[in-house]
Amino acid sequence: MKLKWDSEGIKSPLARARGLGSAHEGADHWMKQRITAIANIPLVIWFVFSVVSLRGASHAEFTQWLAQPVNAVLAILFIVSTFSHAVLGARVVVEDYIHNEWFKVFKLIGIKLFFVALGVACVFSILKIAL
Amino acid sequence: MAEFALPQNSKVQKGKTIDAANGATRKKTFKVYRWDPDDDRNPRMDEYTIDLDKCGPMVLDALLHIKNDIDQTLTLRRSCREGICGSCAMNIGSGKGTNTLACTQAIDEFKGDITVRPLPHMPVVKDLVPDLNHVYAQYTSIEPWLKTDSPAPNRERLQSEEDSTVLNGSDGNGPAACILCFCCSTSCPSYWWNADRFLGPAILLQAYRWIADSRDEATGERLDQLEDPFRLYRCHTIMNCTNTCPKGLNPAKAIAEIKKLMAVRR
Ligand code: SF4
Ligand code: SF4
Ligand code: FES
Repeated sequence: MKLKWDSEGIKSPLARARGLGSAHEGADHWMKQRITAIANIPLVIWFVFSVVSLRGASHAEFTQWLAQPVNAVLAILFIVSTFSHAVLGARVVVEDYIHNEWFKVFKLIGIKLFFVALGVACVFSILKIAL
Repeated sequence: MAEFALPQNSKVQKGKTIDAANGATRKKTFKVYRWDPDDDRNPRMDEYTIDLDKCGPMVLDALLHIKNDIDQTLTLRRSCREGICGSCAMNIGSGKGTNTLACTQAIDEFKGDITVRPLPHMPVVKDLVPDLNHVYAQYTSIEPWLKTDSPAPNRERLQSEEDSTVLNGSDGNGPAACILCFCCSTSCPSYWWNADRFLGPAILLQAYRWIADSRDEATGERLDQLEDPFRLYRCHTIMNCTNTCPKGLNPAKAIAEIKKLMAVRR
């Protein structure tokens, strides 16, 4: 296998190891990932519990349920927290396995836009029903 | 993308079979990875069956017996033969292998044939010798020496017993006991995929050894240099490193401590 540091022409091993230097970031991502993970626990339990208890409910019953402020707020929190967690996690997976820099940047931006768009759509729908 | 298949010229083939046991009753077969940069052949597994009464009890003893008495072309690194220098790290096992030190790995811990390969996922120089230039350069990059700005005292720099225990460990297995064998780094999937930028458990354990040293005055600077999505945060706490360390050290814990400090200083 051609290793990445082999393909950069003649460079001292130390120059390769230092690379472009430290990005001085990562702690924030790490903390957010943990905070959203903790927040996800009660929110997912609430979500699963709600889905089960709404089994067989009619459309009207469902919208009525979602229109209650507590449920609407929890649903929005659920969307924001799980989607943020997913964006953070997907970023790590892409960084782990995709080694073509252009493709990587493309994927990272794509993932972010995708989840932001989906998240906004979800929140808008919830608000539309609730307000 | 990550490459999951070996390129054609890296596919490992069957090599030669040498029975040097001469009908001995205590015999053992070693399957040894061979690759020579000077011929155009693929890597191969050579099989040597040896008389265990002709060598000592450790895998390194068997390899040296093979090299000295059976096949002098076999190439490997070793020095101290007592688990101190870290030179003889390789992947040893029957069936599935583990990264460990050949000199402290007893032969009789394995029932069947013993397979010996170089440390995984490193470029191979020859046979069992991996190219360690990059990982040594990574070691240099963390500046593994005491950094101070206060004027040098006219005697040793003092350290309390408690503070030195952080480095040495109450059981002697603290970060200062690391012998830089790189069994851990080469067992880490994150290091396999991103060794060019991820420092890996061995180097991060060493980085922590200096961060945790009460005499060092460059803690913040060291943390600054480590705070990077790749250098530090490629570690996903997979724990292979701690499981494989032949010295019983805990690089995963050292990495967790560094991450904790990153959070604390914010
Ligand atoms: S704990 Fe971190 S460094 Fe250790 S094997 Fe896992 S990912 Fe690698
Ligand atoms: S932590 Fe253990 S496995 Fe890793 S380099 Fe040090 S002694 Fe070797
Ligand atoms: S020869 Fe020194 S550690 Fe094995």
